[in-house]
Amino acid sequence: MLTQIPILSLLIWLPLIGGFLVLFGPGDKMLVWSQRISLVISIIVVFLCGLLLYMFSGASGQMELAEYAQWIPSLNINYSLGVDGIAVPLIVLTGFINLLVIIGAMGSIKFRRAQYYSAALLLTGLMNGVFAAQDAILFYVFWEAMLIPMFLMIGVWGGPNRIYATIKFFLFTFFGSIFMLVGLIYMGAKAGSFNIADLQKMPLTMFEQTWIFIAFVAAFAVKIPMVPVHTWLPDAHVEAPTGGSVILAAIMLKMGGYGFLRFALPITPDAANEYAWILIAFSLVAIAYIGFIALAQQDMKKLVAYSSIAHMGFVTLGIFIIFKLSNLDASSMAVQGAMIQMISHGLISGALFFSIGVLYDRVHSRDIADYGGVVNSMPIFGALMMLFVLANAGLPGTSGFIGEFFVILSSFQADWRIAMVAASTLILGAAYSLWLYKRVIFGKPLNDTIERLEDINTREKFILISLALMILALGIFPQPLIEIMQPSIEGLLNLTQSKLEGAA
Amino acid sequence: METTLSLAQVITNINHDFWPLFPELFLLSAASILLMIDVFSVDMDRKLSYNLAQFILLVTGIIIVFQFPTSQDFLYHRHFIHDPLSATLKISMVVLTSIALMFARPYILQRRILRGEYYLLHLFSLLGMMLLVSGSSLLSLYLGLELMSLCLYALVAMNRRDKLSAEAAVKYFVMGAIASGFILYGISFVYGVTGQIHLADIAAFLNDNEASLTLRFALVFIVTGLAFKFGAVPFQMWVPDVYHGAPTSTTVFLASAPKVAAFGLAIRILVFGFAGVLVDWQNLLIILAVSSMLVGNLVALAQTNIKRLLAYSAIAHIGYFLLGLIAGNTQGYAASLFYILTYAITALGGFGCLIYMAKGRQEVDRIDDLKGLGQRNPWAGLLVSFLFLSMAGLPPFVGFWAKLEVIKAVLNVDGLIWLALVAAFMSIIGLFYYLKVVKVIFFDKAEVETRIRAERSLRLGLGITSIAVIALGLFPTQLLEFCQKAFQYI
Repeated sequence: MLTQIPILSLLIWLPLIGGFLVLFGPGDKMLVWSQRISLVISIIVVFLCGLLLYMFSGASGQMELAEYAQWIPSLNINYSLGVDGIAVPLIVLTGFINLLVIIGAMGSIKFRRAQYYSAALLLTGLMNGVFAAQDAILFYVFWEAMLIPMFLMIGVWGGPNRIYATIKFFLFTFFGSIFMLVGLIYMGAKAGSFNIADLQKMPLTMFEQTWIFIAFVAAFAVKIPMVPVHTWLPDAHVEAPTGGSVILAAIMLKMGGYGFLRFALPITPDAANEYAWILIAFSLVAIAYIGFIALAQQDMKKLVAYSSIAHMGFVTLGIFIIFKLSNLDASSMAVQGAMIQMISHGLISGALFFSIGVLYDRVHSRDIADYGGVVNSMPIFGALMMLFVLANAGLPGTSGFIGEFFVILSSFQADWRIAMVAASTLILGAAYSLWLYKRVIFGKPLNDTIERLEDINTREKFILISLALMILALGIFPQPLIEIMQPSIEGLLNLTQSKLEGAA
Repeated sequence: METTLSLAQVITNINHDFWPLFPELFLLSAASILLMIDVFSVDMDRKLSYNLAQFILLVTGIIIVFQFPTSQDFLYHRHFIHDPLSATLKISMVVLTSIALMFARPYILQRRILRGEYYLLHLFSLLGMMLLVSGSSLLSLYLGLELMSLCLYALVAMNRRDKLSAEAAVKYFVMGAIASGFILYGISFVYGVTGQIHLADIAAFLNDNEASLTLRFALVFIVTGLAFKFGAVPFQMWVPDVYHGAPTSTTVFLASAPKVAAFGLAIRILVFGFAGVLVDWQNLLIILAVSSMLVGNLVALAQTNIKRLLAYSAIAHIGYFLLGLIAGNTQGYAASLFYILTYAITALGGFGCLIYMAKGRQEVDRIDDLKGLGQRNPWAGLLVSFLFLSMAGLPPFVGFWAKLEVIKAVLNVDGLIWLALVAAFMSIIGLFYYLKVVKVIFFDKAEVETRIRAERSLRLGLGITSIAVIALGLFPTQLLEFCQKAFQYI
């Protein structure tokens, strides 16, 4: 009975339809109605995510819960969905974050609220589509369509420099992905099918692989983002409204990592093997150099944005270090580390952006210099933020530790120098996170405004505490997540490995 | 022996079946009757003429659908071709003309432009286009082309009191005449070399003989003329001025149906007649396509006038559209057809929204005039941004599939991958100025906050085009197959 439910389609279309309903409904004139609809749909989506976890067995490492319908027969493009252990955690994360964003928006967005809810719902549906699509063109459609609501979200509800930031965000992402589209069409025309599994099986010459790999890197490195194409992220984060920043950091960045795993590794393994060192080098630059940049920031959101880039450096490092490793266990651990890092960073950066949003709603400033001694007036908030900051620094017991630890451990087996540089994050991350915390939270209240701040209300408590619980749960007991992912990751690595050996 | 034929003999000598020509015949006679009705009409608003014009279009469309051919027939001494391609193009042009009239109606009403003739000129121009896409000899093609163009010149000049409009009309006429001259000159060479006027005979000639230098010379002239009509770089100079100067309602029409007709002309001449020298015209088109994409997109970046921006974007789109023709196979032609059809729909809406925004007799000229459309009328803002995002080639709008199709067409041809990369790169630049328009619509504060209320026919036109853009974007299959079927006999 339960297996009959087209759960992936529901996860995509329910938020999409809900989003359009809210958009075309009475809007702000009947705000309560719009709010209720958005909230109900978000809660249902979270339940569906739970159901997805229940229905997904994950033991085989294969695509499960597949759905298939013809879409454009003349081009052999199909509506083909399916999930494996890599996609499921990301979909669950999306549903969870969406609920928090909707709840968070209820107090902090002041105008065109219904449209804001609608944008968040549309984004959720489209992002679920990206993770569930098993047809390359379907994937691309979701991937690009997602930019439109995000573009509007930053542009309408963003800060003073929002137009520059949102157009930059759109152009950077589009720049990368259009070349990926050319690559996908090329392969699709050659293979006669756009099914990702068929593309993964397709043999390609080294020359083709190199160019297609470059196209993939252009698309995914911008999204994740890697140095040197990361510059859109600080701008977009700073200008985006709280919810926008959260979605951007928690989920959109993960699509880059997901894309590397789903496309770049299995489709172009030889080229990836050949050029892995470049990507590893850039990952290390992100981890070390961007860490220093984060130290120098005056703006809280910018600081978290740079810290995101540094953390995503671990994801790319974990993914590409596998080409420097000889045994499957180590590389499986590296990719697992990358995946855990993605999920954990989604939670931690989301929590940090929510925390900054809490402060911004009260003081209307993002400058660190405008704060100080917040803990005196907001003790509960101070305590929660402590946890997030420590998680961001990679404290054992929080989810932030596990991903970084796995990646460092496996990169040690490849080359101790790589591990050395990567481990610098333990110092740098702690430095910029704790220093931020010290300047904002500790000390004497800076002025009257700070002294009279109200502590977080129930709505904010719900958001921050649920994130805190997730971060701790994942940090103390990551085993369930690893069990979901492991068979799929090993399957992926075997596929990549066999293609590599076949070519050699 | 006999010197004169009696009328009865003439009639019995006509053993043609006129059924295939029926849409054109109906359109001609109905338009002529409408002309008479219009002369004696006392209604200053010409409501009747408008309604009748739409009715004529509807009936013409129905006739074409009803007699949709399942084979390829050469009729009337092989001057007329009746095949799925011609019927496909005719249906599309009828639909486009009908939507263009919806946009035109309130515009010319507000500006008191001569009204009855306005609709008639559309109909006669459509007649020219229909003959054009059915032409199977250089003669009938040329006749159709001229009938279409003459009506268009008059339409551009319709706003007599406006200097810009008059200037645009003169420019358009001079440039159009030169282009026709080029084509005619090329045709005369072709006839001189081959001694043939029918496309099929020319193709046969090319099959049997090596193409001489003179024939290639003629081909250059014909392609030049075609490029003029398309507005491809380096023959694009007239496009921005004419699009800008012409009454917006004429620009709406100009940017849509005639482009589809020009596509028909290109296919008839290049594919039906000159398939034997494919490589020659392929190389010419590559130059046109690349320079159109480059110039169109780059110059559009600098525009502050929305009509000129759309004009340059039209030039860029012609560049993408040519990619399908360049591929030189039926898939490529189908991709081009899909591209030009979807672009025509989008362009209709894109220019139509300028009429929508126009207040009274004031023209919408600057991009900034669109400021706050999303605030003043959220629905219209959303629909208009659909159109612009579709032009940018973003999914889930139809422009994405059009771009995907043409890129796929060139990727299938060895050695043309670089063209696909150029197209991809230029579409990033294109995205920037389309986003600029969306930004103005949604992010900028309106100068006047009054809510926009538009006439029903405008709302209908905008609704049809933008909903088509999203619906075809989600379900492109039918239109894709429709386009592919058009080329089944080639």
